[in-house]
Amino acid sequence: MSLLKTTVSAAALAGLAAGSAAARDNVQVAGSSTVLPYASIVAELFGDNTDFPTPVVESGGSSSGLKRFCEGVGENTIDVANASRAIREKEIKACAENGVTDIIEVRIGYDGIVFASQQSGPAFTEFQPADIFNAIGAQVLKDGEIVANPHNSWTEFNSDLPDAEIAMFIPGTKHGTREVFEDKVLLKGCEDTGAMKAMMDGGMSEDDAEDACLDVRADGKSVDIDGDYTETLARIDANTNGIGVFGLAFYENNTDKLKVATMGGVAPSTETIASGEYPVSRPLYFYVKKAHIGVIPGLKEYAQFFVADEIAGPGGPLSNYGLVADPELGDVQAAVANEKVMGGGS
Amino acid sequence: MTDATLNTGGDRPGSSLATQDARTKRRNRAEARFKAYGLTAILIGIFFLVVLAVSIIRSGSPAFTRTIVGVEFTITQPQIEAAEGELFKTKAYQTLFIDALKQQLDARGMEMEFDEESIERLLGKVGSTLREYYQANPGEIGTPVSFELAASSRVDGYLNGRLTRDSVKDSRFLMAADLDLVDALQEAGIVRSSLNWTFITGADSGVDNPGGAGIGASVVGSFFMMLVVLVLSLPIGVAASIYLEEFAPQNRFTDLIEVNISNLAAVPSIVFGILGLAVFIQFAHLPQSAPLVGGLVLTLMTLPTIIISTRASLRAVPPSIRDAALGVGASKMQSVFHHVLPLAMPGILTGTIIGLAQALGETAPLLLIGMVGFVARGYPDGVVSGFMDPNSAMPAQIYTWAARADPSFYEKAWGGIIVLLVFLLTMNIIAIILRRRFERRW
Repeated sequence: MSLLKTTVSAAALAGLAAGSAAARDNVQVAGSSTVLPYASIVAELFGDNTDFPTPVVESGGSSSGLKRFCEGVGENTIDVANASRAIREKEIKACAENGVTDIIEVRIGYDGIVFASQQSGPAFTEFQPADIFNAIGAQVLKDGEIVANPHNSWTEFNSDLPDAEIAMFIPGTKHGTREVFEDKVLLKGCEDTGAMKAMMDGGMSEDDAEDACLDVRADGKSVDIDGDYTETLARIDANTNGIGVFGLAFYENNTDKLKVATMGGVAPSTETIASGEYPVSRPLYFYVKKAHIGVIPGLKEYAQFFVADEIAGPGGPLSNYGLVADPELGDVQAAVANEKVMGGGS
Repeated sequence: MTDATLNTGGDRPGSSLATQDARTKRRNRAEARFKAYGLTAILIGIFFLVVLAVSIIRSGSPAFTRTIVGVEFTITQPQIEAAEGELFKTKAYQTLFIDALKQQLDARGMEMEFDEESIERLLGKVGSTLREYYQANPGEIGTPVSFELAASSRVDGYLNGRLTRDSVKDSRFLMAADLDLVDALQEAGIVRSSLNWTFITGADSGVDNPGGAGIGASVVGSFFMMLVVLVLSLPIGVAASIYLEEFAPQNRFTDLIEVNISNLAAVPSIVFGILGLAVFIQFAHLPQSAPLVGGLVLTLMTLPTIIISTRASLRAVPPSIRDAALGVGASKMQSVFHHVLPLAMPGILTGTIIGLAQALGETAPLLLIGMVGFVARGYPDGVVSGFMDPNSAMPAQIYTWAARADPSFYEKAWGGIIVLLVFLLTMNIIAIILRRRFERRW
């Protein structure tokens, strides 16, 4: 009876699955969607240029990647976590609780965050952090007093900016990009406008004032984008006045649709980011589980290949795609070669 | 007219059936209106379907063609050895090819200014294609081979109309001046359009290499997943339905099972993904990103659909058939397997195929078991590797492409949708044919 046959083959398949659930031969990576493009370039080249199989790179965001990274040691956990921010104390502790103690931190380079609008939209060409804060902060300084953000148009606080309705699309809280945006733009703007000082004069502690500075208005003028940059691009496409927050590489791939604004008077480019002139940039990292080196074939080779001069250095495929090469790449290479773990040990 | 005399009510005037009174007219109008509503609804439906189909085909068709650079190229043994000695071997191959192409163009005497860099901007990532070719055909080293290699995604966009001369801004990806070279090369027949076999047969590629991206490997991944779903969910689903429908006693316990099956059919698919992650990967230690795990998760999702449709088609077999079988002395099991099941088979198969089609298009559960992202292992080496090695699936591949920065990948995503729709359509047509052929009505 054919039914019996299929049942038997199903049982055989299940047995096969249980039997060969060993020996993963590929590197498994997960994490930041900002690092994903670079990791995918490296993964493809690693597969093409070595005898190891192409690593699998998943997305999901820095936090979710590090969370999976810290789930434990073993073949059913990931080997590498990509992150668009440094790992936090809390995460290192969570890692240690699950037995993930020796972590190698690898900085691959820098990424710029740019503010761009529709090619045919109003002339948003120059921003200061203060403008962005005045546009989307929950509480701003107006006529010497802290008030709930009353602004509807950009001209209301800066007459140089176009008279257009405020509509900003910023990265959602699960993105590592959000943290840089808060630190380098919102907080800076809060200080520059004097709102932070006014808040502290009004009786807030410094920490509370900082938190209040990072609050974003919730009346629809600022929209959190939890998806990828393509989602932000689609929103900008549909809204003439929309201003989106993008990674430099994404913008450079879409210059025919997007118009970029300077920040603090500096235009974003790999040069201005490498020199540190452009204010909104951040380092990108990946983290390697030392316990997996030697167990998962190709793991150390992948990390070394990633940060090699030919790949992550100036003129390599990563910098061609928009990554700003790390000026101290040599130190990173040495750290990877020596498997230097975080926290001082070797 | 005799019927006039029947009208004795007074307020309703006597009339012929042929002349419509106000009430009849109102009723007729209501019917006409209702028909119009129905027709409008269908027309709106058709309109959206056409819009959808046209936009899918228009956005997706560029994925099936690509721009190629066709030239003869010779590599020497020392060159290969030097390239193989480097860390970044494919780059070395690429440089050799660019130099060779530059020499050929110089020999032709092109009018415009160009250098190695402009040629590099015109070419896709050709290094890995070259390296693969020479590793597979070492006998060709030293002899001229005519290659057709992918041009860069920008050149591709320029030739298929996505990029126009006006919208091109000078960048390290493409200079406006490069387009003159492209035009000249196109005239010379070196740059031309051709069918994109890589897209149909290839695997995923890095974000800087849209020309090398293909959906073939993920079709294979989907195939192995569907195999798991079929092999597991069909026997389990059919056996469960036969027991519930023909043998199980009617009591509160079976009622509970029945309610739960209906509920399971309505559970969002992402929930099965979370379950799959917890049970199959973290508990059972099955490999991540493997079609086997994907198949197991989708089996859970498909089972309720198959059970419900199987039970419906078993119920549709008239009781007289069972009675007749029992009447001539068949056992209960014989009556089910010899008579009821064969008659219910067309319905079961239709339900199974529709369940499979649903599973084929599912992305959400795959997100959590690692099949979404950059998975580019290429084709599996065999059956075991097909089940166990990381692979993507068609909808997951489309999702990944849609999120990439290079607009060329957006075309690829639409192209992938076309391929996926072709598979879904084929499966549904098979289901319809099976039903038409074997269905019996009583």
